Parts: sequence; C-alpha cells; structure tokens
Amino acid sequence: MGYDLTLKLWRGDATGGDFVEYVVPVEEGEVVLDAIHTVQRMHAGDLSVRWNCKAGKCGSCSAEIDGRPRLMCMTRLSSFEREATITVNPLRTFPVIRDLVTDVAYNYEKAKQVPAFAPGPREKDGTRRMAQVDVERSQEFRKCIECFLCQNVCHVIRDHEENKKSFSGPRFLIRLAELDMHPLDTLDRRDIATETAGIGMCNITKCCTEVCPENIHLTDNAIIPLKERVVDRRYDPIGKLLGIGRRKQGESPS
Amino acid sequence: MTPEPTAAPAPAQGVPYPGESLEVHDYDVVVVGAGGAGLRAAIGAHEAGARTAIVCKSLLGKAHTVMAEGGIAASMANVYPEDNWRVHFRDTMRGGKMLNQWRMAQLHAQEAPDRVWELEEWGALFDRTPEGLISQRDFGGHAYARLAHVGDRTGLEMIRTLQQRAVSLGIDVYMECTISRLLKDGEAISGAVGYRRQSGQFVLFRAPAVVLATGGIGRSFKVTSNSWEYTGDGHSLTLWAGGSLVNMEFVQFHPTGMVWPPSVKGILVTESVRGDGGVLRNSEGRRFMFDYIPEFFRAETAESEEEGDRWYTDKRKNRRPPELLPRDEVARAINSEVKAGRGSPHGGVFLDIASRRDAEYIRKRLPSMYHQFKELAEVDITAEAMEVGPTCHYVMGGVEVDPDTQAAVGVPGLYAAGEVAGGMHGANRLGGNSLGDLLVFGKRAGDAAASYVSGLGGRPAVADADVHRVLHEALLPFDLAGASGEKKVENAYELQVELQETMHDLVGIIRTQSELDRALKEIAVLRGRVPDAAVRGGRVYNPGWHLAMDLHSMLTVSECIAKAALERRESRGGHTRDDYPKTDPEWGTLNLIVRWDGREVTLDRQPLPQMPADLAELFEEKH
Repeated sequence: MGYDLTLKLWRGDATGGDFVEYVVPVEEGEVVLDAIHTVQRMHAGDLSVRWNCKAGKCGSCSAEIDGRPRLMCMTRLSSFEREATITVNPLRTFPVIRDLVTDVAYNYEKAKQVPAFAPGPREKDGTRRMAQVDVERSQEFRKCIECFLCQNVCHVIRDHEENKKSFSGPRFLIRLAELDMHPLDTLDRRDIATETAGIGMCNITKCCTEVCPENIHLTDNAIIPLKERVVDRRYDPIGKLLGIGRRKQGESPS
Repeated sequence: MTPEPTAAPAPAQGVPYPGESLEVHDYDVVVVGAGGAGLRAAIGAHEAGARTAIVCKSLLGKAHTVMAEGGIAASMANVYPEDNWRVHFRDTMRGGKMLNQWRMAQLHAQEAPDRVWELEEWGALFDRTPEGLISQRDFGGHAYARLAHVGDRTGLEMIRTLQQRAVSLGIDVYMECTISRLLKDGEAISGAVGYRRQSGQFVLFRAPAVVLATGGIGRSFKVTSNSWEYTGDGHSLTLWAGGSLVNMEFVQFHPTGMVWPPSVKGILVTESVRGDGGVLRNSEGRRFMFDYIPEFFRAETAESEEEGDRWYTDKRKNRRPPELLPRDEVARAINSEVKAGRGSPHGGVFLDIASRRDAEYIRKRLPSMYHQFKELAEVDITAEAMEVGPTCHYVMGGVEVDPDTQAAVGVPGLYAAGEVAGGMHGANRLGGNSLGDLLVFGKRAGDAAASYVSGLGGRPAVADADVHRVLHEALLPFDLAGASGEKKVENAYELQVELQETMHDLVGIIRTQSELDRALKEIAVLRGRVPDAAVRGGRVYNPGWHLAMDLHSMLTVSECIAKAALERRESRGGHTRDDYPKTDPEWGTLNLIVRWDGREVTLDRQPLPQMPADLAELFEEKH
C-alpha cells in the first residue's frame, strides 16, 4: 500500500533559504507531519518543525501546504495525488527561525494586552450559576487551539508588518468577544477592542474563518458582534437607531 | 513573554566555558513544565510572593494537558448530592488497587472541588447542569457522575484558563527551553541549567527551589498517546540529583486508543465515549466486558446488559456496566479478546456509540472525537463503530514526595507535581483524577516551594564546574559529527525507534521474566550506543540534537520501569505479569523505590505508609 512521496520543504533561516526536495516512503493513512518525520529520520535529522499532540488539539504544527495554511497533523496524504509533489513552507506572517519553525512571539505579546476576566459577585448561596445556552456562545471561541492560522492569513498583518503594532489579529479579537460574551464578566472591553486591538482595521473578509481548523465562526459570531458593540458605544447613529449590539446587565447605553 | 536576562550573559560566577556565553537568571522558584501542574504551581508560588519563572519545552499552552478530554474528577455533588470526598477517596484507592499514598489520595479528594471552582473564578466555562451549576459526567471507577467537563476538550479549557491567569499575573515564561540538569549546593537545590531550543543558547537559572512538572514518560513506548515531550525529564532530573522514584512499574495503558490508520495508532479516544453510553464489542458482536468482571468489583458491577443499560438513566437502582471498570481491567480484557482472535480487522475491538445514542447527542457530547475520527480515519462515529485498542497513556510512578508539600524525598528545594510525582494513583489511575491531581498538587507544590525559599537564610551557590559539565555533555554530539572519520556513528531517531520497540514488545501491557531480562539487556546496549549519536547541522532549533540529549532520560526511565517490573512478582493495576498472574497481598504492603547510583538504577523495597483507622473503615465491607 505504501509509495514514495516527493516533498519540497523550505529550508533556511532569517537570512534566507530555499526549497529542498526529499523522496520518502509513506504508508496508507499517513498525514503530512508523518512524512516530515520520515524526512527527519532518514535524510535530515536537523530539519526544524514544531509539533506536539499530532491529533489537531494543540495547534503547534501550522504551516503552508501547497500554499494553503493548515495543520500538518490533520492534512492526510490521501487528499493529494500520489504522483504530486507536496510543498511545505513556514507561516509567512511571522519571522522564520529555521526551516518550518517561525517566531510567533507576536501572538504571545498580544495575549498580554487582554485585560483579565473580571467576574461579578457570587449568587447569594455562594455558587456561580450560568445557563448552558449562555456559556455556549463563549465556549465556541474557547475551542481555539492557538494554531495562529487565522493570524497568518489575516491580510491586515500578513504583508503589513507596520500594522502589527496596532492590530491584535483575529485570534485576540475573538478572545475579547469571548470575554465580552462571558455571562459573569463585568469589564467593558470596547475601548481595548478599538484602541489596543484595532478592531476597526478588520474589514471582514472572513479569511480567518475559512482556515480555522476548529471551524470557529470568527467573523460572524465574534468579530462582527464585537464591532457592533463598539459602534453602539461610539455614538454611531445608524447602530443606535437599529439598536444593534447587546448590553451587559446593568450597563447603561452610552 | 520571555523577559530579558536580568544579568548580562556571563559565566555562573567565574570561569567561562570555552567559546560559550551563558544566559543567567535569578529566581526564587523555577517551575519546569507548563501543563496544568506547572502553571498552577507557578501561580501558587507567585501569589505567595516568590519571584517565579516557568520554563517549558514547547510554546505556552501546548503542553500535554491540552489533550486531556474527559474531565476533572471532583466531588462537588452538583449532580449527586450523596457524593463527597470520602466516596471519591474510596474510589481512588480501590482504582489504584490500594497501593496509593493514602494521604495524597485524601488531599486530592478533599481539595479537588475548590480547585475546580477556582478555575471558574479565573474564567473557565464548564458545561452546566439544568440548575446552572457545573455539570458532572460519568467515568470509569467513579461511583457517581463526578467529572467537571467541557464537551470532550476539558484539558484545553483548563490549560487556557491557567495560562491566561499566569499571563495576567505577569509571571515570566521561558518558552521552548529544555532543562538538562539540576544543580546543587551540598544537598540542596541551587538551580537548573538547560538550553533554548530556538537558539541553542545555554541558560542558567539560579534558584533555591525547583518545581518539576514535566509530565510522563510515554515517548519511550511505540504505541502511545503521548507527544515528543514525554521523555521522562523530571523523573531523570530527580534521579540524577539524588532523589528517588516510587511505583515505576505501573504504567497505564489506556484501553481505547485509535488503531487505524497506522499513523494515528495510539491517539486517545476518550473514556467519555463509554461514560456517555458507548459499549465495547468483539468481532462476534458480544459485549465481552461482562466476561471480565473481577471479584474485587463484582458487587458494584452490572450482571446483565439490561441492568447496565438501565444504569445510565437510574443509577440508584442499578449497577454500572463493566465497560466502566477501571482502565487496567478494560485494557487487559481488550488485549485478551484480540489475542483470542476475536478482534477487529485492524487488531483492536469495536467501540460502539452509534447504535446507542442519536447523532446529535454524540456530536454535542463528543465533538473532538467526532472530528478526530472523521478527519484522521474517515470514520463517522455517529454511524459506525470505532476500532480501538490499548495505548501507553500515563505513568503512575514518579518522584517520591512528601504528600502534603510535594517536596522530593532527599533533595531539599526540589518539588514535583502532576504526572511526574508518584504515589497519588497507586497501581492504576482513575480517569479524571489526573486533572484534579495537577491542580491540587500543583498548588501545594508552588505554595510549599515559596515557603521553603522564604525560610532560607541565604542563597545556595552554583559551582562553575557543574555548569561546565552540563555544557560539555550537551555539545558532545556535535564534536562526534565533526570527528566521524572512521568510527561508526549512530542516528538518534533510529535509537529512539529501537527503544520504543523494546519497551512496547518486552515491557508492555503483559510482562514476563524472560522478556524483562531481555529488555534490560537491550536497554544497556542502547545506553552504550547513545554516546555515539552524532548530530548534523547547527544549534538553532535542531530536533536531532534535542533528541540525542532526550535519549539519556528516556533510557534512564525505561531502565527504572523494566527493573521495577521485573522485581514485582505479582499482577496489580498497571503491572501485569504473565508468570505471576495473581494479586499478592504481601506485595500489597510494599512500594518499590528506585535510585540512581551514578551508573545504573538501583532498587529497594519500602513498606507502604499506614492508613489511619478512620479512613481504613471506609474499605470495610458493609454488605
């Protein structure tokens, strides 16, 4: 059942690099990450690649496979023609460290800018009560495995290094939306969304939603509602007229 | 995330290693590992006022905790008011075949609910009961529905919550940084030295307390649910620093790993599938678990399929189906069915929820499993049965610690929490008890480490020579590659494959003396070959180099497991001897302790700590 697969892997570092071709034996049911591990074992012990769970749960092995941003552990070889050469290069939005590994520090810096969850007081009996239907809205965004594929395809930052300073990217917009929709959270994060995260720069092209391996509806369920809330707050006459946006309990309309 | 070095790159105190700069940091508490235990320990130490750093091999948020699926066992009594810590304690001890460190099992059962509620205060969003409280689900070996959960991605929720908490507290994190050795001043810990994976730069942490939270050892086995990180680092660091390990013969093979396609063999299929109604069948369609109910659990297990099925809706009048026996029982039963020729086409058995629950329920309760099988095996679990078989999942054995403080026995300043610590789970861990373990003992270790440091008079010293020895050893594989004219050099990846095959074939789920003897011989041969592993390429993000170094700890823990398995001449929990198939009450009073004498692993028997009478009462038969 096995066959020989040709892979073209980008090899290099911050100073430059190029594609190198490898031919490796592969087996039925394997994924791209398996083939890359075979390259490491047979031909290039020093080939840099990040991975952990190999089950689509940790979001470590993001790369661009034939130009498409994907998780290497969830990309089955059976989705390609056997004769086809599979090309893998590192995520383009982040600086290369070496081979397929990029420096994703940008994301961890943006994570620090999100104000922490701030719950209100407990119920009288000391418990926290939330309805399942209310937690599910935020739960959708908490499925995020931080693979940063959404960050990689977001064209606000993909080819615009200069925007990284003022834009947090879809990952952290949905994090803000998640907190905003959390039934217990009391903090108003609309100013953060605008001024720190730069939500106004997103022009809802939905590229992030398309690549999300967890099928999170980033644009429709998180970013657009958050934009509406920001608009609502910011005296947008149409928004106000239509009454778009959701208010937290006890929050007075601005 | 990672701060600038507090000191400019400089030698530890005086003489530099030739050609090397060294990044130096000073902390009170250094936590090694950033899974649930490490993050909780760091939060504890930080909140207690200690200058705290987290050092982890991967990026933050990628540790093994992220893969935990089912839930956190905690007797919050949200679903069954009759549940309490005593019932949980009893379940844990019985699941561990009474070999657990009773005090750890007690603390765990008592404190797990508070640790879960604390996560909620930090933003975790668990699934809810109709009353709006945290929902609790059924799992193997637990008398009541007890696992707080978020679908089947509970570990992700937990690690993200802790990660976000640690970040909001401003705790320093050194990502993609591996610790190679612990340093001591006399008997006490004085720091740790390692390297940054991204640059190959060596790093020295000067710190009087180190908390190990490095997880397990599963990478030494061929079929495993564990990632590349699980190379037994904390186990080995402890041994090399003069500490001891307990219960190393007990390795948990999770009964349900994927078996097909070959590349995903070993990937976990959550126990929640069975908790939520899934059943195991052999090739004849028989629910074979009814044939494997051990005497020890007979009184609390259903006798017929009808009773088992009724239990899902009425737990008070019916007993649990045998599919929810503890993991060791189920794994051995599956193994026996496959050996008897009643397995599935790819060498497992069938796990069927499709014929028992409707598609919407399955997708709602088990979204990750649905996704995983669909994407990786092209199997729709709402329409057909899964094929599953045992996979190396967890090591019960670990650092011998004080149960209240998690202080490593014999090494002042060293602490261990989570999977790397031993004792809590005895001979077999119940599902759901791992996540609670991380939280309860992560906090205890972090608190105790901070308190230890604040009680110290002065700072322990780091000796240059100790640091230089580590650097020298780490750089050997490069020297070898340069000098490999006539000498045969080894490939680290091939050595790893050979070790994994040895452990899988000879120290796996069923063991016997002749095979364990052979395993020890093969491990010794591999140990002789590891120094010849040559590394190509440079120091920047070179996984071949990292693996060559990891092999030392993988071989050390493998030797511990094989030696302890050879010594324990009985079958109990996660240790099954074909040549000693019975559980022996005399062995039930003994722990095996392993140490490192500088060249090899040594073994001692040690009596089990005595449980106080008020707890022992819980195990007296009342019916």
